[in-house]
Amino acid sequence: MALKIIVCVKQVPNTNEIKIDPVKKTLIREGVESILNNDDANALEEALKIKDKYPNTHITLITMGPPQAKDMLLECLAMGADDAVLLSDRALGGSDTWATSNALSAGIKNIGDYDIIFSGRQAIDGDTAQVGPQIAEKLGIPQVTYVTDFNIEEDLRSITVKRDLEDGYEVIKLETPCLLTAVKELNKPRYMSVRGIFDATKKEISTWSAKDINISTDKVGLEASPTNVFRSFTPITKGKGKLIEADTEKETARKLLAELKSKHII
Amino acid sequence: MDFSLTKEQEMVRKMVREFAVNEVEPIAAEIDEEARFPFETMEKAGKLGLMGMPFPREYGGAGADYISYIMAIEELSKACGSTGVIVQTHCALCAWPIMTYGTEKQKQKYLPDLLSGKKLGAFGLTEPGAGSDAAGIQTAAVDKGDYWLLNGSKIFISSGGIADVYVVMAMTDRSKGTRGISSFIVEKGMEGFTVPKKENKMGIRGSVAAELLFENVKLPKDNLLGQLGKGFKVAMSSLDVGRLGVAAQALGIAQGAFDETIKYMKSRKQFGKTLNKFQALSFEMAEMKTKIDAARFILYNAADRREKGMPSTIEAAQAKLYCSETAMYVTTKAVQFHGGYGYIKDYPVERMMRDAKITEIYEGTSEVMKMVISGDIFK
Repeated sequence: MALKIIVCVKQVPNTNEIKIDPVKKTLIREGVESILNNDDANALEEALKIKDKYPNTHITLITMGPPQAKDMLLECLAMGADDAVLLSDRALGGSDTWATSNALSAGIKNIGDYDIIFSGRQAIDGDTAQVGPQIAEKLGIPQVTYVTDFNIEEDLRSITVKRDLEDGYEVIKLETPCLLTAVKELNKPRYMSVRGIFDATKKEISTWSAKDINISTDKVGLEASPTNVFRSFTPITKGKGKLIEADTEKETARKLLAELKSKHII
Repeated sequence: MDFSLTKEQEMVRKMVREFAVNEVEPIAAEIDEEARFPFETMEKAGKLGLMGMPFPREYGGAGADYISYIMAIEELSKACGSTGVIVQTHCALCAWPIMTYGTEKQKQKYLPDLLSGKKLGAFGLTEPGAGSDAAGIQTAAVDKGDYWLLNGSKIFISSGGIADVYVVMAMTDRSKGTRGISSFIVEKGMEGFTVPKKENKMGIRGSVAAELLFENVKLPKDNLLGQLGKGFKVAMSSLDVGRLGVAAQALGIAQGAFDETIKYMKSRKQFGKTLNKFQALSFEMAEMKTKIDAARFILYNAADRREKGMPSTIEAAQAKLYCSETAMYVTTKAVQFHGGYGYIKDYPVERMMRDAKITEIYEGTSEVMKMVISGDIFK
């Protein structure tokens, strides 16, 4: 039995470099490097680790985006994925998370069988963390988000994952098919390899339109998206916080009080 | 004429740049300071295919082209000149001659481990009395019927003592001059082969230059590389490839120092303004950039000619001459522009200037490059 894995990836602007147009309130994308979304690199790495262990594993990438998203797919193929699907169509442009997950789940249905779907927790350009879970809901499969540890049994069906929460963690057992969203603690993504690069350009990248995935235009695109962006702004950067440390709680409180008094806060 | 890079070449550059920034640059100052060989980097580089780039897949190579290979050396050297030279020596001066002149048996035996980075390669030509004048080598191999008996010594051997496989030049018939030189494959651990001394170098201190001593080393007959008496050709043609690598190393060092200087000039304030606002300095930066770009075009042209199977000895010599002199020019300016901070080890330009100097010397000095180029002009 060979595992079939689908990895959802997204090409995003490198937010370390991005600025917001103060008048139009939109992202200035000109001259900003496009990269593979960070959490998605972790999602792909986990799939590749499974393939390292079980070489029969087949990894298909799926993304929605403009034609230049192919560059990112090529890089993912150069890391070791087998093939890739690009959903690209003017009709898909401007989709919010609901519309995006409609398109991606339709695309995944069109790919066919799968055992595991990996996605990143969230994309750095939107930070919603909604698309992965929405895809699982629309496909009717179980999901676990914020996965920091992954293990699959020899039967290639039983999976144990660790899910990180703000105040603790959960260990969850589930079976394929399922969708897992990866966080950066899950692994360290590998580099492309030289062989991988020269093989990637020979691998197949399928470009599918809305019609190819049989999705009606009232489910995708800007018009169909229930979310409207009200305003975008650059958050005002705050100064670095100061951590007060002392041997005892009492001493810590005393230091804090002294600090606050010296700054005339109290 | 097309100066654009292929998709693969762009991706190789991006991949090696990421690798260099994350894995090479963070330890560059440390391996320089401690004169420590970066074993950990070589292992990682091997896994990514960087130790066997321009070699065919059937022997474990990555199947890449020479421009990609050159760009990889350049990117590594931008972060660390030591790392650049270790990779280039391995590829150009050990794996390449075995690939080009080796028998099928030799290729099967040595290349898979070399090209995957499991084993490291080195090259032994220079001797105390034979540097630029290779015909003066004293190391000799005598045919003893069942084996070759190797005696002599080599100096300044990059990766000496650390490398597992050595391509070594030795006299097999002294009466014939350079036509009496043959090349051999020597392995680490062979009886009589020792490494008595490691040099304490000015720059590229993370790489090793060592003396090799051969005392009655019995080499199997199969270890003759190429034809008897053709060792000089093996050496010179390997150095043609090596010169591309040294040029790429020099170019990387120059670019690295230039990038550091841009950063410094934008932040350093004197007389109420940042250094980049001084026209005299910014004009010098314009000259540096122009030299770096010119060096890159000369080098890529030489690599492209090799890729296409065209003659490239002269072009490789020109690339080596110009890239190394550009590296020395740019790094010296970079230190100057950093002022006192350029002379201390808090900033990488100090190391880069020391690293740059060797590129004008090894694998043929600038003077030897001029002999090669002028020899072609007045042939």
